Amino acid sequence: MTHAHSAISAETAPVLEAVGITKSFGDFRANDAVSFAIKPGEIHALLGENGAGKSTFVKLVYGLLQPDAGQFFWHGKPLTISGPQQARQLGIGMVFQHFSLFESLSVAENIQLALPAGEVLTSLSARIRDMSDAYGLAVDPDAYVYDLSVGQQQRVEVMRCLLQNPSLLIMDEPTSVLTPQETNQLFAVLRRFADKGMAVLFISHKLDEIRALTSRATVLRRGRNVGTMDTKGKSNRQLAELMVGSEVADINRHKEPGKLADTPPVCRITKLQRPKSTAFAVALDDISFSANAGEILAIAGISGNGQDELMAALSGEWQPPTGDVIVLEGKDISHFDPAARRRAGVGVVPEERNGHAAVPSMRLSDNALLTHHSLGQTVRHGVIDHAATKAIAAQIIQAFDVRVPNDDPMAAALSGGNLQKFVVGREILKSPRLLVVAQPTWGVDVGAAVSIRTAMLDLAANGSAVIMISQDLEEVFAIADKIAVLHDGRLSDVMPADQVTAEQIGLLMGGDDARRGASR
Amino acid sequence: MMDALILTVILTSIPLILAATGELIAERSGVLNLGVEGMMLMGAVAAFAITSLSGNPYLGVMAAAAAGAMTAAIFAVFTLGLATNQVATGLALTIFGTGLSGLVGAPFVGGTVDGLQAVSIPVLSDLPVLGGLLFQLDLLAYGAFVMLALVAWFLNKSRAGLILRAVGNNHDSAHALGYSVLRVRCAAVIFGGLMAGLAGAYLPLVLTPHWSEGMTAGRGWIALALVVFASWMPSRILIGALLFGGITIIQLVGQARGWEMPSQFLSMLPYLATIAVLVLISRDRNFALMRAPAHLGRIFIGTR
Amino acid sequence: MISMTPRKDISMQRTVLTPVFSVLLTLCVGAGIFAVLGYDPSAALYQFFVAPLSRPDQVADLFVKACPLIIIATGLAFCYRANVWNIGAEGQIVMGAVCAGGVALFFPAIPDLLMMPAMIIAAMAGGMALAFIPGILKTRFNTNEILVSLMLTYVAALFIDWLVRGPWRDPESFGFPLTKSYGDAALIQRVELPGIGTIGQLHWGVVAALLLAVAAYFVMSKTVFGFQVKVMGDAPRAGRFSGFNPARTTLGVLCLSGACAGVAGMVEVSANMGQLQPEVSFGYGFTAIIVAFLARLNPLGVIMAGLVVALAELGGDRAQMALGMPKVVTGLFTGILLFLLLAGETFNRYHVQINWPRFDQLKSGQLKSDEEG
Repeated sequence: MTHAHSAISAETAPVLEAVGITKSFGDFRANDAVSFAIKPGEIHALLGENGAGKSTFVKLVYGLLQPDAGQFFWHGKPLTISGPQQARQLGIGMVFQHFSLFESLSVAENIQLALPAGEVLTSLSARIRDMSDAYGLAVDPDAYVYDLSVGQQQRVEVMRCLLQNPSLLIMDEPTSVLTPQETNQLFAVLRRFADKGMAVLFISHKLDEIRALTSRATVLRRGRNVGTMDTKGKSNRQLAELMVGSEVADINRHKEPGKLADTPPVCRITKLQRPKSTAFAVALDDISFSANAGEILAIAGISGNGQDELMAALSGEWQPPTGDVIVLEGKDISHFDPAARRRAGVGVVPEERNGHAAVPSMRLSDNALLTHHSLGQTVRHGVIDHAATKAIAAQIIQAFDVRVPNDDPMAAALSGGNLQKFVVGREILKSPRLLVVAQPTWGVDVGAAVSIRTAMLDLAANGSAVIMISQDLEEVFAIADKIAVLHDGRLSDVMPADQVTAEQIGLLMGGDDARRGASR
Repeated sequence: MMDALILTVILTSIPLILAATGELIAERSGVLNLGVEGMMLMGAVAAFAITSLSGNPYLGVMAAAAAGAMTAAIFAVFTLGLATNQVATGLALTIFGTGLSGLVGAPFVGGTVDGLQAVSIPVLSDLPVLGGLLFQLDLLAYGAFVMLALVAWFLNKSRAGLILRAVGNNHDSAHALGYSVLRVRCAAVIFGGLMAGLAGAYLPLVLTPHWSEGMTAGRGWIALALVVFASWMPSRILIGALLFGGITIIQLVGQARGWEMPSQFLSMLPYLATIAVLVLISRDRNFALMRAPAHLGRIFIGTR
Repeated sequence: MISMTPRKDISMQRTVLTPVFSVLLTLCVGAGIFAVLGYDPSAALYQFFVAPLSRPDQVADLFVKACPLIIIATGLAFCYRANVWNIGAEGQIVMGAVCAGGVALFFPAIPDLLMMPAMIIAAMAGGMALAFIPGILKTRFNTNEILVSLMLTYVAALFIDWLVRGPWRDPESFGFPLTKSYGDAALIQRVELPGIGTIGQLHWGVVAALLLAVAAYFVMSKTVFGFQVKVMGDAPRAGRFSGFNPARTTLGVLCLSGACAGVAGMVEVSANMGQLQPEVSFGYGFTAIIVAFLARLNPLGVIMAGLVVALAELGGDRAQMALGMPKVVTGLFTGILLFLLLAGETFNRYHVQINWPRFDQLKSGQLKSDEEG
């Protein structure tokens, strides 16, 4: 199918134009005749919820995948992009969401790998330093990547692209690992690139950021382009509805945040200490807080600041050496292993659903057994009652609207959102006194996210305590009653959600003295 | 006496150096090939058979390299082409290589060959002490040292070596940058096989000029342990190989000196020493995290 | 260029057919190699796979040959399922035989009824002890269990060699490396059926092996321990989350497989040789690895797989006698079989397509998208 493409006058020739780009995987159509154009100097957002086709599209632009149909035009000329090396030669730079760095190599070596052969390491180091000064992107060429923080690693990724003088810079969900302050710094840098004529394609699902940074946006929904528009005139709600395609339900909070009487603590953590277990781990330092009945306590923070370690301490996968550190309704459970904690009434949903919360190669009934085998109904004298495990799985599937291809599928056959609903539902159905959950809606579509958050609110409304570890501030402010911030293994004071702003949280996430946070 | 002992140590270490160097390249690219023993045996039988038939040990060496490379190619087809489990496939390769080499070598049992002759390097071989030890070796031994140095340079100073290291550290990132993970690994695996074949050739052509089934007697496994001992750094392979060579000959020394200890216990030493060394190296978690190729043994399936 | 898409579900059909297909393909490849090397392929295949089964007592002997393989592979199934790679069964067999032999030779006064149980316990202890070493080194020092368990096989072989040539040698054996013969209570008797008598060499150890495999199947599929093994093998992080202890799982499966191998060693000596000699394991420890994989790590499948591989072993003996092939050629078949089994596993789990690159369009392929697409 031929399309006439946009006007070709030299000043306004788009840097990149996609016409009818289509890509399928088996019978799943990831991109369906997507067409839009990006102009030089423009910061263009690619918007859509998880599974809409954004990552697939940029992989097509970068040459990692080949389109089944359609055509790209680069500076007005039709082009087939055969691979990332050619893409880089053309002037397309890509900063991946999960980074594409090599941890045991130095920054200079990492950058060298993205450049064509021929550059000597010493002259490269000099170029890196020059560019680092020019753009305010502090990067040390001789440092090893495993030593760098996440923000620094992202700067290496950006630097790697810049050294090839790209005319199009693609960034895939860059702000999920940054504090609000670092995000502002990144945006300043991107605006400077745009002023110099570089085009930026910015993928995100965070609507506030899109409206702050970009001038135009293309919204993808189920692989189709449902509209390319100016972002300045749109509201968050309008953009969200375009992304989802229907009215977005508000979450029922049951009550105003913060307006509660003090309820009794369900779980009290006192002076939790955990030394570093490896060079890459984070030590937990003197963490104390309590999770009260009927409340959702959100622990905010960028991942890598002790969340994994805190999670392991709460779930029982790591136990503190002394007692009286973790007390659940009067009982000291510090030395309880995960099975014993479940018996005591703790439900846990780890961050990683594939391989931690669930076993992908096992059926849902076995995955239900995973957190039920110590509780009595599924196991008698060491022997498993498979009928009981299937019944529990069926109950979860029904109550939490988990979409399944057959009665008892493998966990790997479910989409991310559905598996997450199963994993969360598996714990909530046990009516735990305390629910601990990390990144509850990461990588999950809007519909599933709403039902998961609603389920957590309902659980709290019934008197349980919920601890939610999340790096998504929108989520934190959507459902939390109280907020604390985890930075470098230390926890800030716990603050009522209606008495703090995102900016204050951002400062704490970035490391302003955690202990003095609440007094602002 | 001392001279002869040191020379024996050096000679015994040559197959270990050759095999470990090859396996090091494979492992740095992220592939764990446990089939070294099988590849060495294929090299040994090829070397013996071709030398026996042609009378030319250098042809035998070339045949051994080819046999090792082809055996490794089988491994590559399964683990890289079909993404099979590397541990199990490596074991299969060992069993297969042991069996096939036994079958091919059956007509040659009991025979003997004129192996590789020592080649003196002019001038250097006249040095006192060192001259006799280091510079009157056969060409394959010199080759081992040269290859080790070349591999060290390759890994640390060349762009291709950088790419190899990158692939072993994070194959997803390498793929995202446009490098062909499978092609790099395939080349590394075949190189590993070639070197293992040469290592196998050394046994019948220099150390013990005959052929018998399973004549490698576990040297392939020791080479694997050597790579871990060397923390995947070529410079350390030399030290490790000489150490193991040294331990192996303790048994000869003991017998010659009429030590009381039964010969079987002396023969156990190399294996026990391997275990001890492995424990020492693995203990330091941080060290292992930073040195071992992070994606060693992980299966890569690329999307296109 | 090969492209692979993970399948969403595993069909029972494919799970059973793949090993069958692998076996057939192995026969073809093996026949091809024989032909290339100058042996008559049909005569070789006949000797390998048909001749050993022509009489009932020969079928019984097939079970006898499969007996140690079944016992060992049952234990290995648990080990490998937990992703713990015990390659040292060969040495654990030896230690089991040695410990049981020690009981038989140096405690002949044990009442007859207790002799067998005592030997079994000793054999289990011996195999367990050797398997425990790689286990403790892995859990404490993070040492690779493959290399450690393998090194110990050489150590064990040298140990029994020393024992049998040295302190345990029968002074009346004319200098041959043999211990004294066991007393009757230490021997495993032939199975005698009323009216039929003995069937080939069939002995009670075979019955025990079959019962063991069935019991192991029950444990693997219906108990929490079996679930623990599977979860720790597939997703160790989920296993810890579930409350299972990684170190205990590793040690548990290693001790289990070591005990099985030890018992197999004892059974072989007591049923066939009646005394210790330097060679008691005959490569069964490695052959059992193939059996475990052929059985797809399922204890019930181990029975069938053990019989198939035992057939290849018996065939190897015959081919050696009839055609002059070296004994080690069985390894050729079993190696190829393992390759094809592993490839079959890939075909089971992925939808594999071979795409020939077209000149007008560079790489093309059809693959699963990632979720956050």
